[in-house]
Amino acid sequence: MTILGIETSCDETSAAVIRDGKICSNVISSQYVHRKYGGVVPELASRAHQRLITQVVEEALQNGSCGIRDLDAVAATYGPGLVGALLVGLNFGKALAYGLGIPFVGVNHMEGHLYSVLLGEPAPEFPFVSLIVSGGHTLLVHVRGPFLHDVLGQTRDDAAGEAFDKVAKMLGLGYPGGPRIDALAAQGNPRAIRFPRSYLEQDTLDFSFSGIKTAVLYYVRDHGLPGDPSVLADVCASFQQSVVDVLVRKTLRAAMMTGVRDVAIAGGVSANAGLRHELGKACTAAGKRLFMPHIEFCMDNGAMIGYVGWLKRNRGIRSPLDLTAVAGLELA
Amino acid sequence: MTAIVTQSAAETEALGRELGRGLQGGDVVALTGALGSGKTRFVAGVCQALGAVGHFGSPTFTLINEYPAARCTVIHADMYRIADRAQAYDVGLMEYFRPPFVCLIEWAEHVLDLLPPEHYLIAFEHCTDETERRITIRRPDDGAA
Repeated sequence: MTILGIETSCDETSAAVIRDGKICSNVISSQYVHRKYGGVVPELASRAHQRLITQVVEEALQNGSCGIRDLDAVAATYGPGLVGALLVGLNFGKALAYGLGIPFVGVNHMEGHLYSVLLGEPAPEFPFVSLIVSGGHTLLVHVRGPFLHDVLGQTRDDAAGEAFDKVAKMLGLGYPGGPRIDALAAQGNPRAIRFPRSYLEQDTLDFSFSGIKTAVLYYVRDHGLPGDPSVLADVCASFQQSVVDVLVRKTLRAAMMTGVRDVAIAGGVSANAGLRHELGKACTAAGKRLFMPHIEFCMDNGAMIGYVGWLKRNRGIRSPLDLTAVAGLELA
Repeated sequence: MTAIVTQSAAETEALGRELGRGLQGGDVVALTGALGSGKTRFVAGVCQALGAVGHFGSPTFTLINEYPAARCTVIHADMYRIADRAQAYDVGLMEYFRPPFVCLIEWAEHVLDLLPPEHYLIAFEHCTDETERRITIRRPDDGAA
C-alpha cells in the first residue's frame, strides 16, 4: 500500500511517500523567509504553502519513484496548527484523493509525532512513554498501542520551544532561537547562573516554562545584555540546563509511574543536543531505552503524516471529504 | 480605570476570574505588556470564570486557541508574532469580534488600531519586586484613555 502524506500545519511545507510502512521519500521545504521576521509569520506561511505545495508533492512522488496513479490513499494533517496553513495541505490532499478516486485520511499532527518514532530502527516497543516537545507543544504521552494513548501531562503556559525562542529574542540571537541557544550552550557553563526550575505540584506531570523565561528577562534587566561571548554562552547554558532538567526529570517520572521500559522523544526541540545527551544519560541510569528520531523527523514532516495515514488505512479508516481544519485539535 | 498591584501569579489569575464573571459574547479584551508580565495567567482566570474547557496555555505559536464555554466560545489569541494589520487579517482575528465569542487578545499592542471601539484594555507591568505586577483595567464604559 502506497500513501502520500502532506503536512502544512505550521512553517514547513512537506510531503512524503510511504510504501508498506517504509519511507520512500520525505521532502521538507523550510520557509527561511521567516527568519528575518523573528518568528513564523502566518500570512507568509499560508502564502508560502500555496506557492510550494504542488512542487513539494511532485518532488516527493518523484524521489519516491511513485507515479500519481500508484497511490492508494492520501493523508494530510487537519490539526492542530494555523487554520490558514492547515487548509492548504488539507484541501490539496482531499482534492487529490477525490480526483484519483482513492481514500483520504485526515491525520492529527500530534499523532504524527507520537507514532513516527516507530519508523526508526530499532523502534520502541509498546507500551512506551513519549515526550513531544516543540514550539507549540510540550506533552508527555503514555502510548499503550496503536491509537491507544493517554496524555499524562502538558504545559500550563509556554511550550519549551517557545521559551527557547523568546529567550533567544531577548538575548538578540534571532530566529530560530532553539538551535542558536543549543550551540552557544555547548560552550558555556550550565552552573554559572542558577535559573529556577518549575516542577509544579509534587505528583503532576504538567510543565510550566513561563517562570524560567521571566527569570532570564530579569537577569537581562539587572545585568544588561551579555556583551562578553563567554557570559552569553553561560546564560544560554544555564537557561538550557534548567529547561532540560525539568523535561528529563518529568519524563523519567512518567516512565517510572507507567512502568514502561521504552522512552521516545519527538518534536522540534528533540533535536536539541543538550536534551538528547541528558535524557540519554538519565534513561541509561534508570535502565530505560531511549529512542530518538533522526533530526529530519524531529521537525514537522510529511513522512510522519503518511505513516499514521498508513496505520489508519491498515485499520480501514478513511475520513469524509468534508473534514475541516481544527486549529486546537487535541490528542484524544 | 482601575489599577491594581497583584503580589503573585495566583492573585493575577484571581483578578482574571473577577473580570471574567462580567464578560459575555461579543466582548473583546485587549491585553498588553512585556514578556512574563502575567497575561496568560490572567487569561486562565478569565477562562475559568467563563467555564471554558481546555488548556489555557500560551498561543504564541498556535496564534488562536478556541475554548468552548457554557454561554460563549472563548477565543484566546496571541499577536506576539503578528507584525502588522495584514497578518492579523490573514489569521482571521477580526472574525471573532462578535457573539458568541469572547475574544481575549495577548500582545494586543500589535493590533490596537484593529480593535472595535468598545473593548476592555488590560495593561500589565513588571514591578521592582519580581513577584509583583501592576495591572490597569480600562472598561469600555470608562471612555477613551
